Amino acid sequence: MDDPQERETSKDMQSPNMISEIATPTLMKGIAEPKSEIETKIDIRRLNFFYGRVCALKDVSLTIPPSKVTAFIGPSGCGKSTLVRTLNRMNDVIPNTSVKGEVCIDGQNIYSPSTDVVELRRRVGMVFQKPTTFPRSIFENIAYGLRINDLAGSKTELADRIESGLKAAALWDEVKDRLKEPAQGLSGGQQQRLCIARALAIEPEIVLMDEPTSALDPIATQRIEELIVELKERYTIVIVTHNMQQASRISDMTAFFWLGELIEFDTTEKMFTKPERRMTEDYITGRFG
Amino acid sequence: MSAVQKIISRRKRQDFLFNIVGIACTLIGIVTLFALLGDLVIDGLARVDWEFMTSFPSRFAERAGILSSWVGTLLIMLVTASTAVPLGVAAGVYLEEYARRNWVTNIIEINIANLAGVPSIIYGLMALGLLVYQFHLGQSILAGGLTLAFLILPIVIVATREALRTIPQSIREAAYALGSTKWQVVRHHLLPYSTGGIMTGIIIALSRAVGETAPLITIGALTFIAFLPPLPVQTEAPFVSLEWVNSPFSVLPIQMFNWVSRPEREFLTNAAGAGIVLIVVTLSMNAVAILIRYRMRKNIKW
Repeated sequence: MDDPQERETSKDMQSPNMISEIATPTLMKGIAEPKSEIETKIDIRRLNFFYGRVCALKDVSLTIPPSKVTAFIGPSGCGKSTLVRTLNRMNDVIPNTSVKGEVCIDGQNIYSPSTDVVELRRRVGMVFQKPTTFPRSIFENIAYGLRINDLAGSKTELADRIESGLKAAALWDEVKDRLKEPAQGLSGGQQQRLCIARALAIEPEIVLMDEPTSALDPIATQRIEELIVELKERYTIVIVTHNMQQASRISDMTAFFWLGELIEFDTTEKMFTKPERRMTEDYITGRFG
Repeated sequence: MSAVQKIISRRKRQDFLFNIVGIACTLIGIVTLFALLGDLVIDGLARVDWEFMTSFPSRFAERAGILSSWVGTLLIMLVTASTAVPLGVAAGVYLEEYARRNWVTNIIEINIANLAGVPSIIYGLMALGLLVYQFHLGQSILAGGLTLAFLILPIVIVATREALRTIPQSIREAAYALGSTKWQVVRHHLLPYSTGGIMTGIIIALSRAVGETAPLITIGALTFIAFLPPLPVQTEAPFVSLEWVNSPFSVLPIQMFNWVSRPEREFLTNAAGAGIVLIVVTLSMNAVAILIRYRMRKNIKW
């Protein structure tokens, strides 16, 4: 799977299938026209992050391209989760944290005082390590995000959007007959796909995934990986992973972090075949970390 | 017998010994409680009938009843619950979800924990000074209900915070990640998911308030009331009346206290009868709390 040629083919095989199944008019709205020439979706400039006085990110600068999967790898505590959580300002929830530097999404610094964090999080969806389904029905889990964002005008529109969200997350066939049942009765992998469906239903531009498969078994992991590859057509995806093979299988770009610093950032192909830095090579080949 | 076996058999003896001591301690507690309840039932059960429930107090023991005191207890609880619950839950939500962690909130936190341990008579003194003398509420149902509301407020706050703390942080983050505001997280997620815990806390706090005597006597609750407060519903507009909150009152424990302190034996029987009613009220409130907790836990698992 490391071979880029092979990855291309598998993507091509899935694309037509995907469009026929999930592309409903509402979801197509944002992508009907080709993206403009901007090659940068997220521009991280000299970002420093502190938990109290502990510096968790040191001068990280990184540009994340649109409609690609960008993977963050590195040993535990290297700051990759912290970084992904700065992209939708989820770290604001943690007391005693501070940020220096800029994160620009489509040229707008999200840490400027004028940023509306609620609006930002609507544009930048997130999937967490453990499935975070609400203790409600499958239907209500997705309906919630739609309702608070005023995305469901009528009952039929709500149902349509829930259906397309579930289809986008490749969960529809498994749950269509039991939408009213509690979400927590689903298996771990299904719950995680429900969380992805919930994030996709509100039509974000970027989807952040913080180790989305680390709590899942290999089969569920495989389904989610396939899903991520399908989704990158329409979303910019940033994924944190501990699993080297996963990064090489699904990502286009890979960033390697160590002790809060960005060590190397390049195309996944280059990172996994001939990285510039010795440290990257050692980590990827399992010699340290 | 080898040395190791000796040590093992000694440890087993200790284990057995503690088992016996534990059973004895448990039995002492339970047997005493059942003896008290049994005694109360034997003394008073014969007295509890429809007439007892629907009669006003009287100087003749066989004609006396608890109508005005159980109505008083009910109305006091209504005032207490409708003030302490919104105040306590709001304060608990604020402290747990909104307040920044700094020395001010730390001091507030410690003091709320302390307030829960303040003797109830102190609340009575404060209510006498503040509600009766300062705000001129008089010796009314309103003053009594507010006094007990002060008393249970810390318990409600602590229960709310505990219930909120059992909700994993990941649920909050998941809701924020969908573009929720803080209030939406509280209103749509935290409060619904913690309702079981909060309700349990509220009911336990109220069942403590039901039995309180000292603070109500302090503010001047009457022990002999031969009339009921005005009805909350009227035949003319505006149909609802709050006149009853200004009415003087008595409550079950005060009625019991009054009867117990009389010399005639028959009044002791009355007190036992009132005690049975009070215990039934308290126990059924606790039962409701357990039921709510059970049902909520069944639906939500983290």
